[in-house]
Amino acid sequence: MQTIEGIPDHIRNLCVIVIAAVLFTTMVLLISGADPFTAYFHIIKGSLGSWRKLTQVLQVWIPMTLCACGLLYTFKMNLWNIGIEGQIIIGAVFTTAVLRMGMAPDFPLLFLGLSFIAGILGGSLWALMAGFLKTKGGVNEIFAGLGLNFVAQGIVLWLIFGQWRRPGAASMSGTELFPRELWLPHIQELRISPLGLFLAVAAIFVTGFILNHARAGLKFKAMGENSAAAFLFGLKPDRLMIGAMLFAGGFAGLAGSIQTTGVYHRLIPAISSNYGYLALLVAMLSNYDIRWVPVVAFFFACLNVGSIQLPMVMKIDSSLSGVIQGSFVLSAIAAQAWQSFKKNRSMECDGQHDG
Amino acid sequence: MTKIQENGDINIELRDIRKNYGPVKANDGVCLKIKKGSIHGVLGENGAGKSTLMKIMAGYVSKTSGVILANGKEVDFKNPAAAAAVGVGMLYQDPLDFPSLTVLENFMLGQPRPKKKRAPDKKDYLKRLRRAAAKFNFRIDPEAHVRDLTIGQRHQLEIARLLERGVKILILDEPTTGISNEQKETLFNALRKLASEQKSVVLVSHKLEDVQTLCDSITVLRCGKVTGNIQRPFETDAIFEMMFQTKPQPLRPPDVNPGRTLLEFKHLSASGGAGLKDCDFSMRRGEIVGLAGLEGSGQSVFLRVAAGMASPRGGSIFLRGKKMERKNLHDFQKRGVAFLPDDRLGEALIPPFTIAEHFILKRKRGFFLKQKEACAKAQEKIDEFSIKGGPDTLAKELSGGNQQRLIMSFLPKNPSLLLLDNPTRGLDPESARMVWEYLKEYSRNGSGIIFSSPEIDEILMAANRALVFFDGAVVKDVQTRDTDINEIGRAIAGDMEYNADY
Repeated sequence: MQTIEGIPDHIRNLCVIVIAAVLFTTMVLLISGADPFTAYFHIIKGSLGSWRKLTQVLQVWIPMTLCACGLLYTFKMNLWNIGIEGQIIIGAVFTTAVLRMGMAPDFPLLFLGLSFIAGILGGSLWALMAGFLKTKGGVNEIFAGLGLNFVAQGIVLWLIFGQWRRPGAASMSGTELFPRELWLPHIQELRISPLGLFLAVAAIFVTGFILNHARAGLKFKAMGENSAAAFLFGLKPDRLMIGAMLFAGGFAGLAGSIQTTGVYHRLIPAISSNYGYLALLVAMLSNYDIRWVPVVAFFFACLNVGSIQLPMVMKIDSSLSGVIQGSFVLSAIAAQAWQSFKKNRSMECDGQHDG
Repeated sequence: MTKIQENGDINIELRDIRKNYGPVKANDGVCLKIKKGSIHGVLGENGAGKSTLMKIMAGYVSKTSGVILANGKEVDFKNPAAAAAVGVGMLYQDPLDFPSLTVLENFMLGQPRPKKKRAPDKKDYLKRLRRAAAKFNFRIDPEAHVRDLTIGQRHQLEIARLLERGVKILILDEPTTGISNEQKETLFNALRKLASEQKSVVLVSHKLEDVQTLCDSITVLRCGKVTGNIQRPFETDAIFEMMFQTKPQPLRPPDVNPGRTLLEFKHLSASGGAGLKDCDFSMRRGEIVGLAGLEGSGQSVFLRVAAGMASPRGGSIFLRGKKMERKNLHDFQKRGVAFLPDDRLGEALIPPFTIAEHFILKRKRGFFLKQKEACAKAQEKIDEFSIKGGPDTLAKELSGGNQQRLIMSFLPKNPSLLLLDNPTRGLDPESARMVWEYLKEYSRNGSGIIFSSPEIDEILMAANRALVFFDGAVVKDVQTRDTDINEIGRAIAGDMEYNADY
């Protein structure tokens, strides 16, 4: 159970992390000869400067939040679901497959609905493969996931340049656009779909509920904290592992569906936009606490969108946002390591009670 | 007390030492003086605070308050190295050595480097180790790996190492647990020799017999407090009174009418530790079987195989007549087997969970947490097992005794077979007694019970049948009323000649 007293501690940690990350990024900027304050100003202006920008940020926030929510289930069990990228991609592929059916444009709502279900199934299937490799084959989920990511990426390229290529010339710009009826309804001008936003918010509440108020969440945590004791309590480790993977894959697949139907309206090679990897960072930086996920995801989305125009205005590479995000996570991990180091040291003095 | 002061220099003195672990007072104002050239015994039951006091003296545990004086000067040991620099060294209950290194390498570790002179090399240390071994009649091969040594040999190595390190006050924590009689004789002779060289020895034990044969003076601890200081000659009754307040009523194992066959092993073998070699075993309902042996001689593997936690490599298991093939812990649980591991926080509890959350996990069904219901259930069990804590207390905050009570409270009402790995490890006497009372109750209701313990007295006291393990094999299987501590002790130490007789 997360306690109320835990918050101030976490906030103090967060401050340390932010300061350390900003210092590090400022150093990188100074070395590359750019003025740090101008860069930060442009990032903020580029992400929160107008309603239009803000909706762009939300567009990034939606898949990142969905994926981060899914990852909380696996993280609670100490599983590193690196394969989340592939799960987004396969979700998008399944979605596209449904929407490419001949009669799809005639029943747009039905097929949109079906495509979402297909997306969730696709992501789950991909997660299930990593899960079975882990439980049945003893393959570490990190390696299984990483391998499956490459396979998923290969499948997308194969489809775009093969089966699903555009009439005329296949290109990296993806498959043909879906007919307009099959685009996820969105608010005019703002390019944001209320349904996507709703699903992301719903994911937060569902995840919060399951992890903190349902027995399933307690079981996931018990497995993560002490799998031997959990087994003795009658919990089934394999089943729980697969369950957590299904949650993660389902949410990732859903993110893939939204990216396909609501943002790009087609399948593109970079359909996942690395949001899966970023979501891993979001979950870690949130300290695996659902309450912080939307906040951290929003922050990362701002960085992502805000740094897009850095190359144009300041002639520095847009990968700066990657540097900032990376240094945040490194600071977070360093802060956590320091915390557990301190805790271990105090335990060493107090934990020897057997006399 | 005043006598000690008159008779010689005081090398080390502890004044009003206190150590609190949360609400538990492990040491509650202990004073202790160790005279140069003497062997001093520290006596007390399990959980009396002996080990904690010694670890404070050796700089391994930090004290809550109190003063340590070395030759009259106040010292504050921040770590074991600081204590060693003053000349205090400790032989821990579980020797802190490196199993994968050789004896010689272990011997060399942590030796101080002379500032100006040439640093001694491997050859020098080999010479020194041989010299020490010859002096004390220790039988240790410098090239052997420590993992292949017996506990007694590991003690010998550690003593040689500490003395080379320049230790003048040697603390030994329960050094006679799990070693053969011959090794004990060697050890005692070595300690006497040390005392004759004006070094001090502090012997911690809960075995009156050891302390009586060896020590010049004794300090008795009970519940973290000193209850007496005495000099030779010792009066056994007086010491008993200091240890237990009143002379303890010797507990006897309950008489049982064994029922139908409950568990059967046929040519069972398994791996892990010393493994289990071709084990044939059968027990009936109502029997209480105690497993004796050095740690890792096969008792744990035996229990884990019987619980379905480890799968056997060969042979078969029958539970209430049914062959248990390719079955796991959960299948065994369904047939009424309950297993309590010895590592409570590591294997039986989820450290950051509250007591109530454990009961939520324990519940078989339901989607919601139902905190209220779980709290009520937890409170009920807390009262029944007198656990010191509330439904919101985290498992890791409980003391060892209360953790064991909590684990016992999870047990089903009528298990057919109860398996306990070292159930009283590190428990205070009251909690340990509670464990045995509950076991007797279960046995009366017809459960079969198998437990392991490193203490022979415990096995003789609580079990009506004893199995002795040596190197993965059962070398002895007797009714406890037909045997005694010496017979079992010899079997534990692997006295092969003796075992061959049997």
